Amino acid sequence: MARIRRFLPHLVLGAGAFIVVLPFYWMFLTSIRSPAEIFDVSLWPIPKQFDMAQNYGRAASQVPMLRFMLNGLIVCLGILIVQVATAVPAAYALAKLNFPGRKLLLTLVIAALCVPIQALALPLFVGLAKLDLLNTYFAMMAPFFLSVFAIFLFHQSFRSYPDEIIEAARMDGFSEMEICWSLVLRGSLPSLAAFSVFSVVAHWNDLYWPMIVVTDINLAPPPLGMLFFSDVESGANYGALMAGAALITAPMIVCFLLARRHFIAGITMTGVK
Amino acid sequence: MQQSVELAGIGKGFGAFDVLKNIDLSVRPGEFLSLVGMSGCGKSTLLRIIAGLERPDRGSVAIGGSDVTELDPSARNLAMVFQSYALYPHMSVRQNIATPLRMRRLSLAGRLPLVGALAASAEVLHDIDKSVEQAAETLQISHLLDRKPAQLSGGQRQRVALARALVRSPAAFLMDEPLSNLDAKLRAHMRNELAALHCRLGATFIYVTHDQIEAMTMSDRIALMNEGQIEQLGTPSQLYEHPATLTVARFIGTPSINLVPVEVLSNGSVSLFGHVLGLAAGGHDAGPATLGVRAEHISIGSEGLPLRVLRTETHGADRFVHAHLLADETLRVTLRLTAGEPLAADTADVIQVSFPPERAHLFGRDGVRLAALPTDRVAA
Repeated sequence: MARIRRFLPHLVLGAGAFIVVLPFYWMFLTSIRSPAEIFDVSLWPIPKQFDMAQNYGRAASQVPMLRFMLNGLIVCLGILIVQVATAVPAAYALAKLNFPGRKLLLTLVIAALCVPIQALALPLFVGLAKLDLLNTYFAMMAPFFLSVFAIFLFHQSFRSYPDEIIEAARMDGFSEMEICWSLVLRGSLPSLAAFSVFSVVAHWNDLYWPMIVVTDINLAPPPLGMLFFSDVESGANYGALMAGAALITAPMIVCFLLARRHFIAGITMTGVK
Repeated sequence: MQQSVELAGIGKGFGAFDVLKNIDLSVRPGEFLSLVGMSGCGKSTLLRIIAGLERPDRGSVAIGGSDVTELDPSARNLAMVFQSYALYPHMSVRQNIATPLRMRRLSLAGRLPLVGALAASAEVLHDIDKSVEQAAETLQISHLLDRKPAQLSGGQRQRVALARALVRSPAAFLMDEPLSNLDAKLRAHMRNELAALHCRLGATFIYVTHDQIEAMTMSDRIALMNEGQIEQLGTPSQLYEHPATLTVARFIGTPSINLVPVEVLSNGSVSLFGHVLGLAAGGHDAGPATLGVRAEHISIGSEGLPLRVLRTETHGADRFVHAHLLADETLRVTLRLTAGEPLAADTADVIQVSFPPERAHLFGRDGVRLAALPTDRVAA
């Protein structure tokens, strides 16, 4: 009985992990199989015919995969930098400064968490179109510059920073901006790592918004590029398609593995999710 | 390092609640002044107002004769030691101590990581290094300079916090319960060190504590605060020997002062459960009052007030006898006997005690001290 109790959590977690990992495994499996085996439900890792080189070669040569990745990198980094630059001071002010209306502003931040991007898509699109900014990197980044999620996450983590250290810093002559960036954010690096992973993964994988504002294939981030790719192939070559998908997923997986420890600390520390 | 601090008419409220009510206080240059009181009496708020971390609603703060009420904390040239020490967690001890100087002497560019070393003048950096080493030497933490705060014990962190305060040669030191996170033995030790440091520096210290022993042992003067007001300001022995109010009498001294309800009769004499004491109240108000006598002023004799012994506590050099009045079991009395003094009483025995009338303190109904003059007879 005690044995079962010891292994039960592992069993449940293992089952959960299996469900999460399976699509990735299938994607990878498909990317190395020959077209004849694509619809084979077998999970056996060694295909009868090894088509890995062919599939990946196709994915890399038929569409400008590197270009898509570079676009994705520009968009993700641009969004992340502006998000952090705006959210950190906002979160610091909401967490540690006293001013009239602070509670109201915090409530608004939390309320804004509930507004989905789809609800704003039309006015944003019209606005960008009027300003003649469609088909630019800016159009892909602008709606995400101000992240209420980032403000909320940093607020949760900044709140626990000791007030006495902030006061000591004020007496030592630190400006509020120096306190915010060099002391308080410094004490919340796990949250910064967690937020960076959230943000980069979300925008790297975002298909919805780039599809609305970008029609130029040279500006397409990876998921949109994949869409062009599958059009080119008219959806027939799943092996090559999955090879492309594997290529654009790989940076995210590497990125998460590198920041894994900070990411998990950031999530558990701030009580988000 | 020797500046006066003057507070005039300081008032502060949080919402509808008045934390400080019209505080006037003048701290002399080089003085060690303690602000003591129960938690919530406003002592920490007052210190934070002096520091500039809190703005008063009314009144003014002057340091060294110039008004600083409107100045930012960093412009007041004060150093503060916090209860939690408030060391910068990501910096080494050396960087922690250097920070107040770096903030003062280096430009923003010079403080930046990496490029800062190029922008700052070598001479200033050398100067800062020297001051840091000196401060570390004063507090005997030179061997810890390259550690991080997390690797230090409570006592060591305390020293680093003191060194960080010391290094900038401030107009005055502000301390907010700096010893309350230490264990009892270390606290006693640091008390001596702080007092010695004050002597050596000759600097103005304003020290907030709820522990009357800290205040009594280190201070030149004590300001005892209660409900946002200064109840009494004076030397430790003035507060101990002539408490101005019941609150002061209760707060100062271990064991606590013995307090019993008495009746002031219309002719001014004082009666304890019908027993007329050899005291005359100065004020002519007849009615209930409170009599206070310190434990060491009560002696056992063949006549006087009857008490029943509850237990004896041995403290080495002296013994405390806890007893209650025979007339009223709820009224506890503590006597202090030196080790040599014999006690011919066991638990539950009845003893008779008396005290010299000039050692008695009498407080009126409003808690304010009444003049009490000994009459010819020996009291009770």
